[in-house]
Amino acid sequence: METTISMDQRKKIHPSKFTLWVAIASIIMMFAGLTSAYIVKRSQPNWTTFEMPVVFWYSTAVILVSSVTMHLALRAFRQRERVKYRTLLTITAILGIIFLVLQWSGFSQIWSTGITFSGAGGGQFLYIIAGLHGLHVIGGLIALILMFFRAFSTRLRNYNAVPVEVMATYWHFVDLLWLYLMVFFMLLQ
Amino acid sequence: MSHEVNMHGQSEVITTHEVHHDEHHGHHHKETFITKYIFSQDHKMIAKQFLVTGIIWAIIGGLFSVLFRLQLGFPNETFPFLETILGKWAEGGKLNPEFYYALTTMHGTVLVFFVLTAGLSGTFSNFLIPLQVGARDMASPFMNMLSFWFFFAASIIMIASLFVQTGPASGGWTSYPPLSALGDASEGSKIGMDLWLIAMALFVVNSLLGSLNYISTILNMRTKGMSMTRVPLTIWALLFTAVLGVLSFPVLLSGFILLLFDRHAGTSFYLSDIFLASTQKALPNEGGSAILYQHLFWFLGHPEVYIIILPTMGLVSDVMSANARKPIFGYMAMVGSMFAIAVLAFLVWAHHMFVTGLNPFLGAFFVLLTLLIAVPSAIKVFNWLTTLWKGNLRFTPGMLFSIGFVSLFISGGLTGIFLGNSTLDIHLHDTYFVIAHFHIVMGVSAFFGMFAGLYHWFPKMFGRFMNNTLAYIHFWITLVGAYLIFWPMHYQGLAGVPRRYLDFSGWASFNQFDGLNRFISIVTIIVFAVQLLFVFNFFYSMFKGRRVRTQNPWGATSLEWTTPINPGHGNWEGEIPEVHRWAYDYGKDGREFIPQTEPVGANETPEGKH
Repeated sequence: METTISMDQRKKIHPSKFTLWVAIASIIMMFAGLTSAYIVKRSQPNWTTFEMPVVFWYSTAVILVSSVTMHLALRAFRQRERVKYRTLLTITAILGIIFLVLQWSGFSQIWSTGITFSGAGGGQFLYIIAGLHGLHVIGGLIALILMFFRAFSTRLRNYNAVPVEVMATYWHFVDLLWLYLMVFFMLLQ
Repeated sequence: MSHEVNMHGQSEVITTHEVHHDEHHGHHHKETFITKYIFSQDHKMIAKQFLVTGIIWAIIGGLFSVLFRLQLGFPNETFPFLETILGKWAEGGKLNPEFYYALTTMHGTVLVFFVLTAGLSGTFSNFLIPLQVGARDMASPFMNMLSFWFFFAASIIMIASLFVQTGPASGGWTSYPPLSALGDASEGSKIGMDLWLIAMALFVVNSLLGSLNYISTILNMRTKGMSMTRVPLTIWALLFTAVLGVLSFPVLLSGFILLLFDRHAGTSFYLSDIFLASTQKALPNEGGSAILYQHLFWFLGHPEVYIIILPTMGLVSDVMSANARKPIFGYMAMVGSMFAIAVLAFLVWAHHMFVTGLNPFLGAFFVLLTLLIAVPSAIKVFNWLTTLWKGNLRFTPGMLFSIGFVSLFISGGLTGIFLGNSTLDIHLHDTYFVIAHFHIVMGVSAFFGMFAGLYHWFPKMFGRFMNNTLAYIHFWITLVGAYLIFWPMHYQGLAGVPRRYLDFSGWASFNQFDGLNRFISIVTIIVFAVQLLFVFNFFYSMFKGRRVRTQNPWGATSLEWTTPINPGHGNWEGEIPEVHRWAYDYGKDGREFIPQTEPVGANETPEGKH
């Protein structure tokens, strides 16, 4: 009896993970809406383009690396290497913060070149789309920090991998989302 | 490799233990007033919270329509009591034109979003999904609680916007820019519009949190034996509704965010260099596209009407089958047509924009796809009628409202075929014909579906019955009243009477409708009064109604009737029952009904054969 239950359980995806996938679909729709708005708006009069600052390449590299460290953290958690897991989780969180700082400096660079909210250019889309992406990264960071404290708590010893898996999936998602946005802005300039 | 699999298996077992642990907690903990009634994580209580909030909103939204019907029906009269309650908005007992727009805007916003989305889906998804699929609660009870509190916050802000000095948003429930983007353009586009946008953003969050939960509960938390082809149609309907919400609300949110930036940060997403009469200046913006907003809005806006009507289609199917004592006709066809409706919902949004300068060639595709929706809708109507055919109908209030729903859905659906044609739309757009169409097909009929659900599941919600006499009065006056109000509007619309006008007295060709307008307004007041009778019946029966003595008062097959009369948190006292059959075994093998929990007998007729 016990075995059949765990067999059934194994076949089905965990509800939290499933919920995350649906939420990801929802977030994708939001950015699909915004990027299609960008495409529609591009054909309007007075459209101006903007140069992507170099710093966005660095931030892209940073978030890609953070995705790798997150993946390794999950592996370490599954293999119950707690010290390694904590270290990798910390590195991921720090990389996340660096990413946000780099994004911010990218924004200020473009802003200083005269691409602001006035006018009809694509720049105003960049601030809002990349800004909303940043908000999603901040959401992920908050979750990471919560996990960080949980990983260092001596009182709780948790071997349930589901929260870490959910975290990793979300983190890879915001990473891929940024890649998509980066490619989108590069191609549609 | 085998090591990893093993680890994985272990973690799953741990998860199972945790779940059991939680359940025991639920049974033994003493609940305080606050955890039971306010910050409750029990799906049944959250459903009731949505329901009561929805009822309060419905009274407010309905009252708004009575107020502006007074103006439309009696444009030359004054009503001093209006000045008493509305103050400067009705100086001298006549509605201020600005406030008239605010009333129509808020009537639409409140009823579409706060009543027929949150009040309807929030109530029935929360209440019925765990009970009908056999789960102790939602996938994430905490998220579910958050969902309600976001709705509550949205409600508070929306209510607050009614009391600001410049009045609530008044640019129509669609809030098209440039009107909604320019504070200088009208009183209602000032702070009222900001509050509207903030409330709606919170509302979107509420809807997303709720829908995520509904989807993962339906797909992951079904009890043993409850395959997707055995769930009641209500569950399918709520699933499609939630999917529509998850995929379309975020797009609306994007649209709102851009609108907020246009209002406050000087961006030009929707605004261009418009010359404004009130400031005698041209705007600094350039190159914005007001149509862009319409695309983003209607990409939600159209699925939204299915978000409203699909849940009621599910509720009606179940109420009807239980009270016709017959299986629902064409279960898979019902599921298939709901799926088709859900897909088409995303492909027809531009039919709201035929006259905005949309390319007529493109319009033709939207006409085709729009008219295609008639096919699954007709299949559903056919199946409801054949479910009624030769049934042993029990005319309970729930059943009457279900039949009323089908009647209204047919009447309102047929005019949809008129409006779906881009050529006819040149004449009919923005007339009373549109008002009549969508009020019948999604407003009143969704209300009928909701009433059917409420009368049917009230015993499960509160352990008491509602008063039948009051229910019959409620049904007949509402049904007749709905037709008397909206049927004549078709004629007005065909004659070209435009919507959103304050006063037609200066428009000689429409003076012939003065008597008709007065008639519609009087019926509106009567129907509104009867809804208050329903509200009285609801709250009175909650405390004083006839008690439910048996577990399954309607003799229904689905799982919610196997729970105790007043189920606690966790729904079933012992194990969650196992399911052996679909939810529609009525009148089978000489038995009136066979519950889903009963194993299939050795000599039983196979499923689907009668």
